[in-house]
Amino acid sequence: MKALVCIGHVPDTTSKIKFVNNNTEFDTSDIQYIVGPYEELGLTRLLDLKTAGLDLHITVANVGVQETEATLRKALAMGADDAVRVNAAPKDALFVSKQIANIFKQADYDFVLTGKESIDYNSGEVDGMIAEFLGITSVSGVSKFDIAGNTAQMEREIDGGKEIISSGFPFVVSAGKGFAIEPRIPNMRGIMSARTKKITIVEPENIEDATSTVKFHTPPPRPACKKIAPDNVEELVRLLHEEAKVI
Amino acid sequence: MNFDLSDEHILIKNTVRDFAEREVKPLAKQLDERGQFSVDLTRKMGELGLFGLYLPEKYGGQNSDVLSYIIAVEELARVDSSQAATLAAHNSLGIGPIYYYGNDKQKEHYLPMLCTGDALWAFGLTEPDAGSDSRGSKTFARLENGEWTINGSKIFITNGASSVAMGATVQAVSGNIEGKKEFSAIIVDRGTAGFTQIPMHGKMMWRASDTAELYFDDCRVPEENLLGQRGQGSKIMLSTLDNGRLSIGAMGLGLAQGALEMAVKYSKERKQFGKPISTFQAIAFRIADMATKVETARNLLYKACWLKDSGRVFGKEAAMAKYYCSEIAKSVADDAVQIHGGYGLMKDYDIERFYRDQRLLQIGEGTSEIQKLVIARKILE
Ligand SMILES: Cc1cc2nc3c(=O)[nH]c(=O)nc-3n(C[C@H](O)[C@H](O)[C@H](O)COP(=O)(O)OP(=O)(O)OC[C@H]3O[C@@H](n4cnc5c(N)ncnc54)[C@H](O)[C@@H]3O)c2cc1C
Repeated sequence: MKALVCIGHVPDTTSKIKFVNNNTEFDTSDIQYIVGPYEELGLTRLLDLKTAGLDLHITVANVGVQETEATLRKALAMGADDAVRVNAAPKDALFVSKQIANIFKQADYDFVLTGKESIDYNSGEVDGMIAEFLGITSVSGVSKFDIAGNTAQMEREIDGGKEIISSGFPFVVSAGKGFAIEPRIPNMRGIMSARTKKITIVEPENIEDATSTVKFHTPPPRPACKKIAPDNVEELVRLLHEEAKVI
Repeated sequence: MNFDLSDEHILIKNTVRDFAEREVKPLAKQLDERGQFSVDLTRKMGELGLFGLYLPEKYGGQNSDVLSYIIAVEELARVDSSQAATLAAHNSLGIGPIYYYGNDKQKEHYLPMLCTGDALWAFGLTEPDAGSDSRGSKTFARLENGEWTINGSKIFITNGASSVAMGATVQAVSGNIEGKKEFSAIIVDRGTAGFTQIPMHGKMMWRASDTAELYFDDCRVPEENLLGQRGQGSKIMLSTLDNGRLSIGAMGLGLAQGALEMAVKYSKERKQFGKPISTFQAIAFRIADMATKVETARNLLYKACWLKDSGRVFGKEAAMAKYYCSEIAKSVADDAVQIHGGYGLMKDYDIERFYRDQRLLQIGEGTSEIQKLVIARKILE
């Protein structure tokens, strides 16, 4: 069985986010990049299934310029078998999805795994768009995942409960919280063997820009914390009602 | 000139950092309080592939360069010195002499097991009357009928007595040549009759690292347990210490980095006179000094590693790095305690443990004074 796992190259969660060029571009200087946390959970689960005996070949893929190879190497160090990099800056979800769908068509993959959303632009669109390009099923925000024979069993949180889904192949699944308990830490052998694992570089299919970024706004700084004396419940209620507008 | 770490070094750094934060940090305080060595964490470090990192794959290693190993020690020490000590001592002092001086049979027998995390190896040089002056060794080994008979004792031996301490390389006087002591290095396995391993308790620092006394009472081992050549003992031990200096340096650097991070965080959170204390210039300048020392230490240590990885002479730089990193670990930890005020003196705060743990670094594997002797000798010779 073959899985195609999309690996996002995203700023470390502790990064200070700044914008340049009149707030139209993300300032990438001084940013450390990591594997997207949801993709990391997704990959971890697939590796666990593999360890448990599932015959699974895992290809990790990224749409990105050369710098993103370090992120792909981490995925290879964790245990993925090989990698594909589409040599282009990831313009938007439509562009990325198109490229991933193209990779999928190149080989006999059985399913695609993405993260529920990237933790930088948080669009959460890529999984659905890939499925649309390929005309296959898509299941988003999955919190439990298993493969038994010709079906995949998935579970996801929905309003007021859980949904259990069973799907045949192929499909696109996006991993959310719970997909694996903790991301796998690669071991030194994995890191050293990642040196020799293959990263295939393919050129992108250029498509017309669907979106362009007009401007980024950073959220207003968090206002200072207001302290209310323990015996002044009325004031607390008034502020929650009139200022915070939560009750 | 290029100061960038390679992508692979960055990956190793982040990986060991994740491991240290996830596996070591939650246990460090408790193990320290109990003075308890952790077999479990040792095994996990083995699973991660940290033991024998720099050995060829055929011995169970990862074929890494020295810098990768040093980064791993640094990242562990950033979180906990005891675990970093277990790793550094085993790799540099335990595995080192066997790998560099062992014959094929010895390497094939010992190295694979020593890479797993299920077996640690010790380096027995120091004796009650032979510390800085290792030639003061009294432990004696007599060769007779194809066997060495060893008598004597060793003290302060890291990884010497836990349940996974499988033996030691021991420096012993093997004879007298024209009134001068002849030293040899001999391998002694756990369980050999006459060999006793006793844990030492009551340490102020590295409380979760295993420190031992080793006793040899008519302890007999086969002649082929000789490591390297007869009479090569001092050379083996001293070159092992050259390598060990890099990893003790890494312990100082990692500890200082951890202390600096704690001080930065605390100074931004702690408010006095209505402002975070980081806004007071006295605190900010202290942090500037601490960060400058950490940066300088890292450059010196990494350069020494680069020299070794390039096959160049590195003894002077290794001594400088050991000396400087351990001295700045002391001052940076002290500054970090000062920034924490009274809380820095309480066990609830990790900086209290760091302040104690740094104190070994200016003493173990050659005191700061001895490093200065080595450095001065290399300059003045
Ligand atoms: C926790 C711990 C772990 C250790 N692990 C190991 C291990 O695994 N294997 C091992 O073999 N040893 C180990 N040691 C021993 C360590 O290497 C020695 O403690 C160290 O070499 C110093 O020896 P000493 O304690 O006998 O001090 P001494 O040599 O007695 O030194 C006392 C003081 O005199 C100074 N001094 C001595 N000679 C000179 C001189 N010529 N000029 C100027 N000053 C001098 C020293 O710098 C020091 O300040 C360990 C020690 C500790 C505490």
